[in-house]
Formats: sequence, C-alpha cells, structure tokens
Amino acid sequence: MRRVLSPLPLAVLCAVAALVALLVYGVAQSEPDRDIDDALARGEREPAPALTLPQLEGGGRGGLADYRGQVVVLNFWASWCKPCREESPLLEKWQKRTAAGGGTVLGVDALDVTGDALDFIGEYGLSYPMLKDRDGEAMASYGVAQLPETFVIDRRGRIAAIRRGPVDEAFMRAEVAPLLEGS
Amino acid sequence: MRRAIAALAALLALGAPAGAFAADCPRTSLGDIEDEVMCPVCGTPLELATEAPQAQRERAYIEELIADCRSKDEIKTALVGQFGDSVLALPGDEGDDDLGDVLVYAIPALALLMAAGGLALAALRWRGAREAGGAAEVEGATDAATAAERPSGAASARLEADIERYEL
Repeated sequence: MRRVLSPLPLAVLCAVAALVALLVYGVAQSEPDRDIDDALARGEREPAPALTLPQLEGGGRGGLADYRGQVVVLNFWASWCKPCREESPLLEKWQKRTAAGGGTVLGVDALDVTGDALDFIGEYGLSYPMLKDRDGEAMASYGVAQLPETFVIDRRGRIAAIRRGPVDEAFMRAEVAPLLEGS
Repeated sequence: MRRAIAALAALLALGAPAGAFAADCPRTSLGDIEDEVMCPVCGTPLELATEAPQAQRERAYIEELIADCRSKDEIKTALVGQFGDSVLALPGDEGDDDLGDVLVYAIPALALLMAAGGLALAALRWRGAREAGGAAEVEGATDAATAAERPSGAASARLEADIERYEL
C-alpha cells in the first residue's frame, strides 16, 4: 500500500491541528454566555443564577436570596466605567420607587478597587445595597461582557428583562414598573 | 568649635529620620509590578493594557501603594484582595493550581523541543536526499560522457580509414 504521508509532515499537521483546536477553544471560552438573552427572545423567563457575594462595605455576605419574593434590579457596575456614572442618579431615583413597591436595586461592583467604589457611592449618594464581585465570577454567570449591565428579576426569582448597557427612564418604566404594580 | 559640633549634630539629627525612612521603604516600581499582574477586564498583563480605564485605575492603585512604601509582595497581596487570584499573571503566584503551573512551563518547552527536533529531522532528510541526488547525478553524467566519447560503428570505421590514409 502506498504511504500517504511520511511521519514528519504528519507530526507537523497534527501539531497545527492541535494549535488550531486550542485557539478555537480559547475563543469559545472567552465568548459571554447568552443563554438568558436567548430565553428572553423566546419569551421565557430563566431563573436568575444564584448570587452570593461579599458586601462592598462592612463585611459579611449578601445575595439574591436576601430579596426572595421582591423585585430586584440587579445592576453590575464599576467606578472606572463612564456609562455607570450616567445611570447612577436614575438608579437611585428608582431605588426609592422599587423600595416602596416591594423591591430593591442591588448593585454589584465588579473588578474594582473598593476605595474607588465607595468614593463613587458617596459622590452619587447611592443608598441601595452593594455587593463586591472582585474577580468577575458573578459577572460571568450572568454573561456580563461590558459594564454597566442590568437584570430585572421578578418576584419568583426569574429574569424578566436585560439591559446590556446603561439603563434609561424608558427601560425602567417598561420593564420594572409593571413588576412593581403586579405585587 | 562647639557651635560647629552642635550644628553638625543638628544636621545629623535632621537627616537620620529621612535615612531611616528610605531604608524602611522598599524600593519597587510600577514597571516592576505591572508585568506580573493582569488587567482583569482586558485579560492581558497590565503592562499591555494601556488605554483601558480599569487598567489605568489599577495602575493608580499600585502607585498609591508604592507611595505608601508597600513592598512588591504586599502590593500583589493587596491586588488579590481587590481583584482575586486571577490578577496574578505569573504561574505559581496563585499557589492553588500546581498542575496548571507545571503545564504552563512544560507545554511551551515541549513545543520548542518538538519544533527543534522536527527541524533537525527535516534538515537531515533534506541533506540525505541532496547527497543521494548528487551521487545519482554524477553517475548519470559519467555514463553520458563515456557514451559520448565512444564512437559508433560506422564512425569508428571511418576514423580507422582516415588514420590509415594520413599515416606517414
């Protein structure tokens, strides 16, 4: 039988194939998870991924379980993120409204220096609870690829809406207000 | 004389705290650290992340710690406190992934060895093929020359006749 390839080219081919496979794997791993978006596009509400993180200030831990039965506006942000500055006053305004309607805004400060985050909170007078996602693991579980991103979670702990980018008044009225009224 | 001694003593007393401070303050620099830590948002070593806002804040934080006389190890520990273990860029720094740390060094070394071996093998094969080709070429050329030198039957007869004709 005629030999198709000698061992050397075969070894080179295998090495190149392995490198390409490694590259594809790396690219696939770096892609954000978009399962939640897909479910919303189908008109379904996925259960919000479990979230338990250290409190940004004062020690202890907190998470979504602390707000079971409430509407939660889960906002991922960082002090170095410019669009986060734009939406913070709006989120604070809606914190008052959600608190009155049986809910809360829950901030997750991600990949940030705690001192900077506390300065930011002081600057904008943010009163809603804050958690710290120091290494971005919680971000990854929600498929967050850029900051800010906001997830509206209904009273049954399901994700009802997503804003991948800064929220605005129209989004809050359209996605948060109906959930508060439905209590 | 006493005045001079007093002035000297005062100078020494003033200089001593500064000297002690310099000795206590570990010497490290941003450049020494930023190639050993990551920009967590960018996914690259901090030194390569020039424009990212998060990288700029991380640099500012490191510079604050340097100004606060923290050692390199203390600064790395502080960064881990802020960003988690994944902020450390050097294998082995994290201390909780022994196999991964070994593989990070072993795989490139193995790849280099394989590449060098492959090149050596290819060079040997190329050289062998060239030598074999050269020998065949020389052999072929010799045969052709011998054949060219050997006259055909008719030519040989004509040559013999010519020689006889001109023989003195």
